[in-house]
Amino acid sequence: MHGLIHESGLSEILKMKQNILKQLLNRPLGFTCIIILAIFYLCAIFAPFIAPYTTSEQNLKKSYHPPTGIIWKEGRLHVKIYKNIDPTAAKYEYSFGNSVPIHFFAKGYPYKFLGLIPSDRHLFQVDRDNKIYLLGSDSTGRDTFSRLVYGSRISLSIGLIAISITMIMGFIVGGLSGYYGGKLDFFTMRIVEFLMAIPGLYLLLALRSALAPYFDSAQMFFLIVIILASIGWAGTARIIRGMSLSIRSRQFVLAAESMGQSSIIILFKHILPNLTSYLLVAATLSIPGYILGEAALSFLGLGIQEPSASWGLMLSQAQNMKVFMLNFWWLLTPGLAIFITVIAFNVLGDILRDIIDPKMKA
Amino acid sequence: MIPFIFRRLFTLVPLLFGITLLVFFLMSLAPGDFLTPIKQQRDISEEYIIELEKQFGLDKPLYQQYFLWLKSVLTLDFGYSWTYKVPVTELLGNRILATFLLSFTSITFAWVIAIPMGVLAAIYQNSIFDRLSASLAYAALSIPEFFLAIVAIYVAAQTGWFPIGGFTSIDYEFMSKSSRLIDIVSHLILPTIVIGIGSIASIMRIMRANFIDAIRAEFVITARAKGVQEGIIMFKHVLRNAINPLISSFGFALSALLSGSLLVEIVMNYPGLGQLIYQSLLREDQFVVLAAIMMSCTLLVIGNLIADIILAWSDPRIRFERDT
Repeated sequence: MHGLIHESGLSEILKMKQNILKQLLNRPLGFTCIIILAIFYLCAIFAPFIAPYTTSEQNLKKSYHPPTGIIWKEGRLHVKIYKNIDPTAAKYEYSFGNSVPIHFFAKGYPYKFLGLIPSDRHLFQVDRDNKIYLLGSDSTGRDTFSRLVYGSRISLSIGLIAISITMIMGFIVGGLSGYYGGKLDFFTMRIVEFLMAIPGLYLLLALRSALAPYFDSAQMFFLIVIILASIGWAGTARIIRGMSLSIRSRQFVLAAESMGQSSIIILFKHILPNLTSYLLVAATLSIPGYILGEAALSFLGLGIQEPSASWGLMLSQAQNMKVFMLNFWWLLTPGLAIFITVIAFNVLGDILRDIIDPKMKA
Repeated sequence: MIPFIFRRLFTLVPLLFGITLLVFFLMSLAPGDFLTPIKQQRDISEEYIIELEKQFGLDKPLYQQYFLWLKSVLTLDFGYSWTYKVPVTELLGNRILATFLLSFTSITFAWVIAIPMGVLAAIYQNSIFDRLSASLAYAALSIPEFFLAIVAIYVAAQTGWFPIGGFTSIDYEFMSKSSRLIDIVSHLILPTIVIGIGSIASIMRIMRANFIDAIRAEFVITARAKGVQEGIIMFKHVLRNAINPLISSFGFALSALLSGSLLVEIVMNYPGLGQLIYQSLLREDQFVVLAAIMMSCTLLVIGNLIADIILAWSDPRIRFERDT
C-alpha cells in the first residue's frame, strides 16, 4: 500500500482496483457477499417491476394475512386462496382446491421503469380479485414483500449517499488539518473530539428535532442523510488526519512542495491516492453503521414517514402486541433483511482489509 | 494519583459547557417549547401562561435563558420537569439507578462469557470452536440491537418464560422482599442478554487477537523453557498481558452501553436514562433533556477514568503522570 503511487497515479490505482476485485471474487466468502449485495441492489433498482403492489395499496379485509402458499397445478404455478375464518384473531384458512394461477410478466399498476420509461408490466401478478402475499400482509392488508422491496431503495441507498458525503468531508477536513497542522489542526481536532464525545444517538435525535421544521416529509430522506453524515465525518477525519500527517513528511510530498506545487494539488494528487485503499475499506466497514442509523431513526418514527416504506419503519409497525401474541412472524422479515445486508458489508470489508493490507487486521 | 483524577474531572467542564450549549441551541431551533401543549388548552388563562413564561425565563432572549439555566445548575438546582411535574433531580435519580443496574448486569454478562470464549478460541486457534465462535461473533455484531429486542419480546410473548418489558410487575408494591428481588431479576434477564450479545462479540474478538499476540511473546518461550506448566503460563503470564487493552476498553463499553441501550430501553419499555432523554426530547421538556445529557456525559468521563485507574492497578508499568 505504501509508496505505490507516484506521478502517474490514476492508471495504477485502476489496475490495483481491478486486482482487488479479482482477489475478492476468488474467495468463496467474498464472492457470496458480492452476489448477495448485487441481488439486493438489483431488487432496489427494479423495485416497481419486482413488487406486485405499491407500498400503500391496502386491503382492510385481508389484514395480517399469512404468506400465501404456492402450488403446482394444471401445468403452472398457482397461489392458494385463503378464507378469513376469524377476523378478530386474523385467522385464515386454506379452502382445499381453491387457487388461482400466477401470471408472469403480467399487467399491473402503472409505473416508470428506471424513473423514465412508462410501463405496467410486473414480474408476477394474480387476477384482480385475489392477492398474492409472498410474505404476508400487515395491519391494513398491505403486501409485506412489496414494501420490503420498495423499502430496500431507501435503506440501501442511504448508506451509499451518506458514506460518500462523510468520506469527502472526512478527507477534506482531515487531509487539510493534517497537512497544514498548526492552529487549523488544533481547532478542527477539538471540534472532532467534541463530536465524538457526544453519544451519537442523542445528537441524532437533537439534530432531527431541530432540523425537522425546515424540511417536509418528502425531503425527510435528505434530512436523514445530512444528519447521519454530519455525525459520521468526525471519526473519518481524525484517522485521515493521522495518515496525511505521516504522508506529508514523505519524500515525494517534500519534492512536490519544493517544486512549488500548490497545496490543493498536493492534497489531491499525492495524498489522496495513498489513502484510497484505506478509504475503500473504511467506507465498506462504515456503511452498515449508516444503514443501522437510518433504521433506528425510522424505527423511532423520526425518519422515513408513511406511506413510504423503509426497513426500520416496517419494524416499528411490527412492534404491536397483536403481532407478538398471534405469531405474525412475517412482519419481522425487514429485520432479517437489515441483518443480511449488514453482515454482507461487514464480511466484505474485512476481506477487503485482508487483501489490501494484512497488517491492518486487528 | 489524586491530581490525575482531578485533572481528568476538570476536562468535564468544557465538555459539559459545550454540549449543553449545543443542545440548548438545537432545542431552541425546534418549533414551540414545553409550554406549547398548555397554550393549546382553552381553560388556562393568558395571564397564567405569561406568568409561567416569566417563571421559566422564556420571555428573555436565548443567551440569557442559557445563562439563567447555567446559574441555577451551579447552585445544583436542575429545574422542574413540566411533563412529569417533579423536580428533575428526583426524576433522574430513579432512571440512573435503572440504567446503572442494566449496564452493570450486561457488562458482567458480556465479560463472563466473552473472555473464556476468546481465550479458548485463541488457544485452540483454527479449530472448529474458533471458526464457529468467529462466525457467531460476525452475526452478533451485524444484528441491529432493536431488532434483537423485538425478537426477544416475541420469544417472551410466545413462550411466556419472561415478562414482556418493563422494570417491575404491576403488583410489585404488594410483593414480599424476596419476590420483589426475583421480579426485578426476571425483568432484567432479557434486556441484559439483548444488550450483552453485541459486546460479547466485540470483546471476544479483541480478547482472541490479544491472546494470540501474547502467546507469541518472548516471556512465554522463556517460561516454557523453564518448564512452567502450560496452564500456568496461559493464566499467569499470557492472560494478564492480554487483558490489559480490554480494561481500557471498559470505559468505552460503559459509555457505549449508556447511549447504546437507548433503543433497547425504548423497545423493552425499560425506564432508564435513554428512554427518559428520548421522551423528554419529543415533549421538549428542556430541563430534563439538559440534565440527563449532562448526566450521561459525566458517566462517560467517569467510566473512562475508572478504566484508567483499573488499568494502572493491573499493569504496574503504567504511571498516571505520563498519560494525560
